[in-house]
Amino acid sequence: MLALALAITVAGCAKHAPATQAPTPARAAPTTASSSDSTPAATYGPGALSVPNADPYPSTYTPFPSKPTLIENVTIFTAVGPRIVNGALLMKDNKIAAVGKTVDDPAIKQAEGGEAPVVIDGTGKFVTPGIIDVHSHLGVYPAPAVESNSDGNELVNPVTPYVWAEHSIWPQDPQFPRNLAGGVTTLQVLPGSGNLFGGRSAILKVVPARTVQGMKFPGAKYGLKMACGENPKRVYGNRGGPQTRMGNMAGYRAEWIKAEAYRRKWDAWLKTRKGEPPTRDLGLETLAEVLRGNILPQMHCYRADEMAQVIDMSHEFGYKVRAFHHAVEAYKIADLLAKEGIGAAVWADWGDFKMEALDAVRANMALLWKAGVKVMIHSDDPSGSQRLNQEVAKAMAAGRAIGLNITEEDAVKWMTINPAWALDLDSKIGSIETGKDADVVLWSGDPFSVYTHTEKVWIDGALLYDRSDPKAQWRSDFELGFVPDETTGGTQR
Amino acid sequence: MTSRTLYVMAAACAASFIAPVSTLAAQTVAITGGKVYPVSGPPIENGTVLIKDGKIVAVGASVTVPADAEKVDASGKWVTPGLVDAETQLGLVEVGFGAGANESRARSEQGITPDFTSWDGLNPRSVLIPPAREEGVTSVMSTPGGGLIAGQAAMIDLFGDTRAEMILRAPAAMIASIGDQGGDGAPAKGQQIAKLREILQDTRYYQKHVAEFDRGQSRQMSLNPGSLAALVPVLEGKVPLLINADQASDIQSAIDLAKEFGIKVVIGGGEEAWEVADRLAAAKIPVLAGAESNIPSSFSTLGARQDNVTLLRKAGVVVALIGNGAGDESLFNVRNIRYEAGNAVGYGLSWNEALKAITQAPAEIFGVADKIGTLQAGHEANVVVWDGDPFEFATRAVAVYVHGQKQNDVSRQDLLTKRYEQLPPSYGKP
Repeated sequence: MLALALAITVAGCAKHAPATQAPTPARAAPTTASSSDSTPAATYGPGALSVPNADPYPSTYTPFPSKPTLIENVTIFTAVGPRIVNGALLMKDNKIAAVGKTVDDPAIKQAEGGEAPVVIDGTGKFVTPGIIDVHSHLGVYPAPAVESNSDGNELVNPVTPYVWAEHSIWPQDPQFPRNLAGGVTTLQVLPGSGNLFGGRSAILKVVPARTVQGMKFPGAKYGLKMACGENPKRVYGNRGGPQTRMGNMAGYRAEWIKAEAYRRKWDAWLKTRKGEPPTRDLGLETLAEVLRGNILPQMHCYRADEMAQVIDMSHEFGYKVRAFHHAVEAYKIADLLAKEGIGAAVWADWGDFKMEALDAVRANMALLWKAGVKVMIHSDDPSGSQRLNQEVAKAMAAGRAIGLNITEEDAVKWMTINPAWALDLDSKIGSIETGKDADVVLWSGDPFSVYTHTEKVWIDGALLYDRSDPKAQWRSDFELGFVPDETTGGTQR
Repeated sequence: MTSRTLYVMAAACAASFIAPVSTLAAQTVAITGGKVYPVSGPPIENGTVLIKDGKIVAVGASVTVPADAEKVDASGKWVTPGLVDAETQLGLVEVGFGAGANESRARSEQGITPDFTSWDGLNPRSVLIPPAREEGVTSVMSTPGGGLIAGQAAMIDLFGDTRAEMILRAPAAMIASIGDQGGDGAPAKGQQIAKLREILQDTRYYQKHVAEFDRGQSRQMSLNPGSLAALVPVLEGKVPLLINADQASDIQSAIDLAKEFGIKVVIGGGEEAWEVADRLAAAKIPVLAGAESNIPSSFSTLGARQDNVTLLRKAGVVVALIGNGAGDESLFNVRNIRYEAGNAVGYGLSWNEALKAITQAPAEIFGVADKIGTLQAGHEANVVVWDGDPFEFATRAVAVYVHGQKQNDVSRQDLLTKRYEQLPPSYGKP
């Protein structure tokens, strides 16, 4: 009882205690139990417990200061309905306060109230939700890409579900501000793909911060990075295995067997909290959370046949793959992915760089879309991540080239609401709808033109990137003195 | 019908899924009614490009079309020279990794192989050629990589079934690089420069003492005679030394080297080239660079910025665009060179300059401007008809001519797409 009460108290201290998380964040219950506690709980620290939805490294993110902002006369891609031409968008108190079908829409006037908004004329411009990249290695593979900062792949063992990406992320990675300038407002940072189980992902708001906790998306679920195919084979082939694809499968299954036993043991103990708790195991804890549905498996997998194997394995152990990443052959099993409700996070046109990427086709996204799969663009790359709108434009064009009637409204979803779904955050971000987080991009023109730039990017209603004001642009600590400052014409570093 | 055409037709019948030519290509083709961008001159509204026997014979607004010409209506369309990518591995690499299908790297302990004629490993039947060609790329530099001096590169047309048909110029460049020590144990930059100087000095000595060398009466040399002989055209200024270098100080070293030995140097990569733009312009050293890189990904590229080429052009440097964004732009995504140009425009380069940077400029840099890169009488008829602005994603190449032959490529990707458009797929004939 008391352990529970304490946990709730501590959770309440965090500004962004996830409101909907069940059952309880079991964090830090120092051994200061009152004398009325008769259970052995008082004799062990919180670190000894393996509790669902634990949040021991909580987000400290709070939105940056913002002013109510009204964008008028703008074309809005909401990601949920048809485009609004010559519309208006009001951001207020960190949220989207109103979406106007016209500039004079009474909904805007109603929502305004109080402080007069900053008004931006969006004539000839476009608005989209902030872009979400579900496959990033920013911070764990920062720039410069030097050995000392290479913190993305714990290649000591093919099974490392015990590592958490957030414990590697360097908030001063100069790639973060560049990503923001490309319109990316939310990132899933994953461990690398050298291991069968790579570790936990981190979901970040793309904001300047001194600590990763200051970037963590409040209330976001963790992801679990897993990897199929060539990479684990290559890394461990001569280091004890797995050496083959069948070795990969055996490696996952052996671990799920342990995880299931671990989950049962802990769930039984947590019901009564009587007696000595089972031993806590960081890796199995993560896997048990996947089995409970609290952590979302994000699986690197190129080949269709391997994805099908993994789907059977998920049935064998009773969990659900949230999305296959890279998935260059997903189009071959689009029907299966649609039936299973598994997302596909793909590139527009990467391929051929290794055998398992050989069958990449540009129509992959379009064919998946046609089959009803939740399909999304992803980058896996700090450069590509800055131009995900262009990647979507390529994928859309490839679909149209084979006769599919894909609208820009459809394609916008591939970089906004669908990746939001893959992170189970589609109730908070990914579309322009009243009440959602005001993560918004203002584009100089149609976002699917090669000539279009982001002009302004807001996160939770705060203007964090403004192309017209270089002096206000975020430069990471690393950049000072090293990277030429474009605002001085490059004369100063 | 020339013997070459016959040969190509035979090859087309033999190839299973690469169908490079239409079987009965007309001798004379007139592409009419389009907006023609010759690059060598201003755009021509309602222009005609007349092709005869594989060559361009006339370009203009009032070209007389012979009665027997095959007429191609390009009304409402854009007509440009075939695109040129100045730095690729096309034909040398089939699969990037783990497939033993990479002929771009000479094996050598020292990483110094000027005698490596990479085109001897060129595969005209590479499945990576059709994806590039069907999107309007008709010529590329096919370039070896790795080490201090990687070897010799060829400028090729994406045409034909033999190396002899493909090669426009070989060698078109000698490839070197000055780079970070990184993980591969490359020597310090000072050592790299010293080595390049020693090699060029030896080449100069060799050039003057070939006879003694052949009699075994020469002093000790840093390289084998084949390598020194391969470097003589570089020393004579007949073949440019393409030095891949990013850091401004390394580019300065390359400028100094060009001056000291009186050789033609081209900078490849050049992420920080904008910082020494004036000096590059003064030394008439061209740069191959991209428009999609802005990441300080190493201590040699801290100054990377997307308007690099724009700043270089402003200073008067000749620039050819190469891919430097994400994802395999030297192979599978050579086709994306037109988007590199679009991004360059997004970062301040004029549209005409961007087109020039993927057509005429690379042709000039590598000594083939008399054959390709512009729509001019006498040039190879490498011509692309687009259904819109070629730099835009929504635009498609609706007709691609190489040496006057219309290409009807069906790439491996096209076949896969066709097969899986309906599920479950039919595994019979598509």
